[in-house]
Amino acid sequence: MSDELLAVADRVVAMARPGEQVEAVVVRGTDTEIKVYGGEVESLSSAQAQGVGIRVVIDGRQGFAYAGSLDESVIAETLADARDNAGFATFDEFAGLAEPDGFDAPAIELYRSALETFSPEAKVALAIEMERAVLAADPRISGIESAEYMDSISESAVVTTTGIRSAGRESNCYVATYAMASDGDDTQTGFGFSVGREPSQLDPERAAAEAAQRATRMLGAVQPSSGRLTVVLDPWVTAQFLGLIGYTLNGDAVLKGRSLFADRMGEVVASPLLTLVDDPTDTRAFTATDADGEGLAARRNLLIENGVLRKFVHNAQSARRAGTVSTGNAVRGFKSTPDVGCLAVSLLPGTSDPAALLAGITDGVLVQEVSGLHSGVNPVSGDFSTGAEGIRIRNGELAEPVREFTIASTLQKMLRDVRAVGSDLQFLPMSSAGVTLVVDDLTISGS
Amino acid sequence: MIDASVLERVLGSALRTGGEFAEVFAEDRRSSSALLDDGRVEELTSGRDRGAGIRVVVGDTTGFAHTADLSEAGLIAAAEAAAAAARGGGGGVRTIALSRQQASRGYEIEIAPVQVPKARKVELLTRADEIARSTDGAISQVSVNYGDSLRRILVANSDGLLAEDETVRTFFAVSCVATGDTGMQTGRESIGHTIGFELFDRYDIDELARRAAGRAITKLAARPAPSGQMPVVIGSGGGGVLFHEACGHGLEADLVSKGASVFGGRVGQQVASKGVTVVDDGTMSREWGNIAIDDEGNRAQRNVLIEDGILTDYMWDQLRARKEGRASSGNGRRQSYQHLPMVRMTNTYLLAGTEEPDAIIASTEKGVYVKHLGGGQVNTATGDFVFGMTEAYLIENGEVTEPLREGNLIGNGPEVLQRIDALGNDFAMGPPGTCGKDGQGVPVGDGVPTLRVSSLTIGGTAA
Repeated sequence: MSDELLAVADRVVAMARPGEQVEAVVVRGTDTEIKVYGGEVESLSSAQAQGVGIRVVIDGRQGFAYAGSLDESVIAETLADARDNAGFATFDEFAGLAEPDGFDAPAIELYRSALETFSPEAKVALAIEMERAVLAADPRISGIESAEYMDSISESAVVTTTGIRSAGRESNCYVATYAMASDGDDTQTGFGFSVGREPSQLDPERAAAEAAQRATRMLGAVQPSSGRLTVVLDPWVTAQFLGLIGYTLNGDAVLKGRSLFADRMGEVVASPLLTLVDDPTDTRAFTATDADGEGLAARRNLLIENGVLRKFVHNAQSARRAGTVSTGNAVRGFKSTPDVGCLAVSLLPGTSDPAALLAGITDGVLVQEVSGLHSGVNPVSGDFSTGAEGIRIRNGELAEPVREFTIASTLQKMLRDVRAVGSDLQFLPMSSAGVTLVVDDLTISGS
Repeated sequence: MIDASVLERVLGSALRTGGEFAEVFAEDRRSSSALLDDGRVEELTSGRDRGAGIRVVVGDTTGFAHTADLSEAGLIAAAEAAAAAARGGGGGVRTIALSRQQASRGYEIEIAPVQVPKARKVELLTRADEIARSTDGAISQVSVNYGDSLRRILVANSDGLLAEDETVRTFFAVSCVATGDTGMQTGRESIGHTIGFELFDRYDIDELARRAAGRAITKLAARPAPSGQMPVVIGSGGGGVLFHEACGHGLEADLVSKGASVFGGRVGQQVASKGVTVVDDGTMSREWGNIAIDDEGNRAQRNVLIEDGILTDYMWDQLRARKEGRASSGNGRRQSYQHLPMVRMTNTYLLAGTEEPDAIIASTEKGVYVKHLGGGQVNTATGDFVFGMTEAYLIENGEVTEPLREGNLIGNGPEVLQRIDALGNDFAMGPPGTCGKDGQGVPVGDGVPTLRVSSLTIGGTAA
């Protein structure tokens, strides 16, 4: 199937004029999205979408255009737009496409044909099974905010005049639910999910149990008093923070003076317990891939090793500007030029399970959900403050639930204040993996 | 975009398996954007998205399919896929006769962005970059974004509705980094309206760039925000997102009907302080959330949600309204033809009161003055919400004093609405926003006068 996309990309690149660099990214995806409510299908959508993004570099000037169509006439118009746009960019000696770098794409299989043959009825049944399991989990479960099944099969191809020719295909699916629990006037919510590359890997029972547990254990939550506490981040929360840490290690942000770690290469920036890798070749990662957005082989990059900053990630252009080579970290969809970013970040897990970690904390709070990461975290200054909810920890045991408070610190300080990394590595439907993390001295703001 | 006779046949196909309601939503969107960063015009981008989404409703089930192929054959294939997804039982042939409805937004686009030379757009970027950098030597980095879009939509449904609209939006933003002894800080300013290139006749780019730079510079001297609860004064135009989160989402009928809103079952009750009137208004001329028709073909409306503290109504889309046997409020919106519509806000704002803004600050002994808010997030089931402060100051003895570093504020919607104890006479709309819900982003506007909440939790690190 990807041959078809490669053929489209080849045709675009063949239209390059002398002296032009041309890159075509062609994608096609088939998505199914099913929402169920009250044992019935609320909505079922299934559709195929495709698109092409064309980048043209002429004499150090880059232009770009995209279209959500693979029609020949639309493609020709898109190429003309990209070419015209190039004329208005500022000359940049480092502008240009990726070139083959000798790295072989990892031999990983991210596509399962089982997803294609799984019937819509069976998908609906998975979602309904999950919804039923949530409702049956606890008498205090009062309703479902959402219960859904999603899957996608996506294919992409990248071809350039500089010799890149790469194509790939992958499948993904997940079930996710938000449960509501009530006791009198008090209503609380909890989230659960399960991800896989094919439906047989999904565990709707587990997703349901998690959502129900997270909602019911929040019943009776009160606002905690302000103070400084040891905070245990649930894997789901840790993963969201890792996404922000990943931004600070982005070579483009470093070059443009937007990274707080710009001058810290080789220095201790985190607790010695922290080793952070970006490894899109790990097939367990939801965002695993064999090639980056410019068609270079995906690879495992060690970013922070035992607390010492080891590497920034780059795409072809940021690498040239920094005088180094691409780390295979071009990130993009067909509607944009390649950005720089981590593809699948993860902490190396520690040796203690969450229960053992909790047992060692006399006074703290387990944070199971954060909100407002986009509004309360500034990855340039490092200041952060997010809404939070969770469970107080007293003398090594979970105590009363707490809500309507914030946790705040700076990203720099939080990395140094990590006291323990759990053994419970979890792959989530996002570009970072989760693990329980114990962080000392976060400010809790409440009553 | 598509002939009425073709649409009638496509809707007929969509209902062949017994659907009760079918709809074709076609969209043709052209966009252009330009980015300057690190002193260079990095790129210009042109985009085109064109296609149709078709939905079929059978009982409580909606089937949906979309296609980029707007030929009759392509549309019929999508209609059949949507009908199959809705799993209708009985068959039958229904004939649809469409009647065209006119909707006007009451003003004209003066300068179509597509007619403006690209070089002129690039000039704006370089101008803003120069001004921002010359504002202060501490400005270490600047990025400038320009964007425009032309979105044509057509909606036809089995009730016989046929409506079309064309929307032009233009956007501009300046983001600065300032570097000092205390590290780096950022400042951003953006403007966006549902108008054409005349945006730049209405706003002074130099002033915008200076404000963005000034915001970053101010924060270099900022101290950590306090923690704990205190009075919060929100500046005029800076903080409509407070209402968007505190009550806007909770008044969306889809969430209410699932029991997922703390405002469920409370119509007619006092949910906010007296004097608080909250409106969602898609007809607001030229504002970022302006629409002539919503994405289900219903005319935009001005809907009063809370009047003098009393909850008057929720916001509705076609599907929820049908079930309740009432009319849509014109709040059915979607990100693109590839998405199903749902209940969304347009321009959400709080009407002005009568107090002098200075007097509100002067009567606040100790608190926080938030001049400019960032985004926010809400859990509608619990009512807990956060919103970020991107420019804020301490209030001490009735005066605005030291700048504060960034952070979130947290509160509970129903409680915060009851704690509004001062409303200024200086209403203004805020900067353009993108509201995210269930993975879909749509343009929204918001506005407030200066106002005070008697107690909110400030998410800082200082004691």
